Amino acid sequence: MGYFLQQLINGLTLGMIYGLIAIGYTMVYGIIGMINFAHGEIFMIGAFISIITFMVLGLIGIGWVPLALLIVLCATMLLTSVYGWALERVAYRPLRHSPRLAALITAIGMSIFLQNYVQLLQGARVKPLQPVITGGLRFFEDGRFAVSFSYLQMLIIVLTISLMIGFTILINRTALGRAQRACQQDLGMASLIGIDVDRTIALTFVMGASLASVAGLMFLLNYGVIDFYIGFHAGVKAFTAAVLGGIGSVPGAMLGGLLIGLIEAFWSAYFTVEYKDVAAFAILVMVLIFRPTGLLGKPDVEKV
Amino acid sequence: MSGARGSLLSVEHLTMRFGGLVAVDDLSFDAPAERITALIGPNGAGKTTVFNCLTGFYQPTAGRMTLRHPRRGDFLLERMEGYAIPAQAGVARTFQNIRLFPGMSVLENLLVAQHNALMRASGYTVGALLGIGHFGTAERRAVDHARYWIDRVGLIDRADADAGSLPYGAQRQLEIVRAMCTEPVLLCLDEPAAGLNARESAALNELLMFIRDEHKVTLLLIEHDMRVVMEISDHVVVLDYGCKISDGTPASVRNDPAVIRAYLGEDEDEAQEAPTQP
Amino acid sequence: MNAPQTSAFDFSRALKEAGLIAGAVVLLAIGLVGFRTVDVPGGIGLITRFDDVVAAAVLAFVGRLGIALLRANRPRPVLGVSLAFAIALTALLVHGALSETASAAQRLLPFASTVVNWVIAIVAWILAARAARLVWHAASDMSADDREARMDRLGARVQEWARFVGPVLLGIAIMLPFLPWTDRRLLDIGILVVTYIMLGWGLNIVVGLAGLLDLGYVAFYAVGAYSYALIAAHFDLGFWICLPLAGIMASFAGVLLGFPVLRLRGDYLAIVTLGFGEMVRIILINWYTFTKGPDGLSGIPRPSFFGLPFTRDPPEGVESFHSFFGLEYSSIDRIVFLYYVILALALVTNLFTLRIRKLPVGRAWEALREDETACRSLGVHPRNTKLTAFALGAMFGGIGGSFFATRQGFISPESFTFIESAIILAIVVLGGMGSQIGVVFAAILLIGLPEFFRDLNQYRMLAFGLAMVAIMVWRPRGLLAHREPTVRLSDHPPPSGGVQPAPRQ
Repeated sequence: MGYFLQQLINGLTLGMIYGLIAIGYTMVYGIIGMINFAHGEIFMIGAFISIITFMVLGLIGIGWVPLALLIVLCATMLLTSVYGWALERVAYRPLRHSPRLAALITAIGMSIFLQNYVQLLQGARVKPLQPVITGGLRFFEDGRFAVSFSYLQMLIIVLTISLMIGFTILINRTALGRAQRACQQDLGMASLIGIDVDRTIALTFVMGASLASVAGLMFLLNYGVIDFYIGFHAGVKAFTAAVLGGIGSVPGAMLGGLLIGLIEAFWSAYFTVEYKDVAAFAILVMVLIFRPTGLLGKPDVEKV
Repeated sequence: MSGARGSLLSVEHLTMRFGGLVAVDDLSFDAPAERITALIGPNGAGKTTVFNCLTGFYQPTAGRMTLRHPRRGDFLLERMEGYAIPAQAGVARTFQNIRLFPGMSVLENLLVAQHNALMRASGYTVGALLGIGHFGTAERRAVDHARYWIDRVGLIDRADADAGSLPYGAQRQLEIVRAMCTEPVLLCLDEPAAGLNARESAALNELLMFIRDEHKVTLLLIEHDMRVVMEISDHVVVLDYGCKISDGTPASVRNDPAVIRAYLGEDEDEAQEAPTQP
Repeated sequence: MNAPQTSAFDFSRALKEAGLIAGAVVLLAIGLVGFRTVDVPGGIGLITRFDDVVAAAVLAFVGRLGIALLRANRPRPVLGVSLAFAIALTALLVHGALSETASAAQRLLPFASTVVNWVIAIVAWILAARAARLVWHAASDMSADDREARMDRLGARVQEWARFVGPVLLGIAIMLPFLPWTDRRLLDIGILVVTYIMLGWGLNIVVGLAGLLDLGYVAFYAVGAYSYALIAAHFDLGFWICLPLAGIMASFAGVLLGFPVLRLRGDYLAIVTLGFGEMVRIILINWYTFTKGPDGLSGIPRPSFFGLPFTRDPPEGVESFHSFFGLEYSSIDRIVFLYYVILALALVTNLFTLRIRKLPVGRAWEALREDETACRSLGVHPRNTKLTAFALGAMFGGIGGSFFATRQGFISPESFTFIESAIILAIVVLGGMGSQIGVVFAAILLIGLPEFFRDLNQYRMLAFGLAMVAIMVWRPRGLLAHREPTVRLSDHPPPSGGVQPAPRQ
């Protein structure tokens, strides 16, 4: 029982990280119908900027953890968002009316470019970080296995939930959110009624990037070590999560993320660790066979 | 009308529900063989939905659609897969928003329509690759068949041009003759006159009557253009909000008060124009 | 042609825009360029490189201003500044390359990295050239559509001389091993390029013709390679038997994957195929008993010339290739043989594709790509048609993989990563979907060219990614996207007596 609970906690925290990245994929897909292949790299850049900011703070002597965390959070969200904005502006906007395959190739190209960009600038070795947040709660079960619920995991959960709440309010209650939903429904019409489509799309990328950057920070804190390749792996899983939950649906993305995180945690714990990715992926295929538009996706009624 | 001709298509109690919305409600009608039946009604009446059920794009919620093929027997269309309906039951269709293969030439479009026959002749590709079988002859026959129809609509000079480069009227006609290349017994046309001017509509009428008379094909068409409907249909079915409100000859339908109400609203004292293309 | 527009130049707006861009560049660069993590004993340290950030920002500002001036048709200041800058920078770089010691002037270079400096110099030259063109010819007021149409006509013309270029390239390819300047290295590059051409032609069937978004092509490549290695190791059948067997195994894998997933919509298909590729790689790494995991399979038998091995000292009683033909032993013979093998395989793939495009199934592939709904309405069976494309593409991928295995003698999961799928897909799309000759050009451009810049290896992938983006932005439909119909009405003249009536039903 204790073991199970532990995997549940681990899986949920991991799932939230995936979910935050997945939201970026799903928002971009919902509004311009393209797979932002480079989104995983945005997550990776967020992690790198976080680690650098931590180091800078360490060098200038800011040691108090809550303050440091806050500064890192703001810095990484701000700086990574600019990458998201630049990505759309440079690589995707020129191709907005081109065949989707062209946009996909560009996205893959940007992904390769960003990976190597970071690798060249920061070096190819892994980057470790001293544990920043330590400690947590322990529940003693049977005396044999103690379930630990670390403060870091609590922070991840709280932060993700607050971001989700804030985000949902943004989408549903503000003008920006309305503009975004309008663009998602019908891009042409939205521009005809006066919505600044370029700006809305740019802001979508910025929002996705900032969420991904927070995921990057959480990843860094959770695993303590990053390298330039984490973007690809997390990106594929997060995209799988977005598709699983129903591409285009934000709650679906978070749901998909949680599911993938849980599958990974439970599969590695109860079966083998090597094939956890295979398991997650196989489940995706299964779901798509029976529900081709994902769990929360709207059924695609063909307009014939 | 000669006697002893039954209905080629019998639609019985067809119902299509999308969640809470009932698009087609207990619709029953017959399309007599070798005749032109028009399906008309205000926008949103469910006409295209009926087509989509007939041609396998939607799975009807309830009802039965029987196609009585003169040589192959009866087919229950609601039980068939989309691609099997043209291949086996001989039902072809065109689309409201033209669906040609724009990057392929006119001739190629018509050859794709003859895909199944050509596949068999090519020994399902393996034969033709190995050089056995009579694929060459079959292809020549298919091209001749295509040439006949291309000539019929006056596109011989542009047979090798990209279908997407044709003017709108020509594209509409191409879509119709492409459907004819599948050698159907029932041809379903979704608003074939949409966007055509008077001259083009007249040419369309001629083409459709030619198809009915010379090729003995039954036509079912959705139309808003009353010129076309009144001039060439033998039988008219009127839908409103998914239900049939009238069924008969063009003359009887035109004067049916229920139809007039559906098109013009409750107040019959308003100026009575025959409903025209919106 | 319209007269060039000389609108009043809004200097303050241009300054503001340039400032915004510079600001964005600062934000982009400060995190990752301004601070660098370096390895120190015990972990990592941090160094700063703010001058790079400043240089980038300044250059961005100036560059953006220059572009704005060019757009407003005021090329003279741009010409002056960019030409001066290009000359100065190039001079410094050349001086730095030629001289042994670093001089004080080197500190004037904008960036620490030589490569980046050269790139900046090239950009400056390009800007100067565009400005010069504007000074001498008035800017033509071509809209984007006109430019696209002009490029299309150019593409069509290129496609026409592709008829000649094709055989010429083929001739060069056949003669390559006998050309005077061909050495071992060039042959190796040739083998690499032709392998990618073959893989590109194979994937072209799936992506280019049938329009199926396959991001996991490397999986079939891997299945082919490993099947070949295992079959050749356990059963003593020659290269020419094992090769098609491996191809068949790969096409099995294609059918297995395709069956459940080919009905999925484009983007879903993409992620599923991507995942499949990754899955195959993970299985290869972890199924140690079967595939020896990360250690890989070695000792894969090398190909022989129909039974005559290419060794210096063949075992007792076996004739070697050179002794049979009375030639001196040369280690390059085996490489030449391998080159011709892959060339032959690639040509088979090409001929197969050209032939099958004219058959109904090939036409159905292209029709499916254009409009699947219309295909269904004409009686075309979508899933079987797609499955055929998938299986055939997989087969050629598998055959390519077998060749790879036998050429290397050793295979490991490291060679079968997603990047390979991406490269092959890029070759197909960049070349122009469905265009056979486009694949050749793209492969030469993306694979061959970088091989000559081997020393800049670390920048290779960076440049590769950048090239993908640049080519797609410039020509979204690929370099040679023009399509010729597979059959013309004139190919089948009507029988005498004019147009026949259609056969009675």
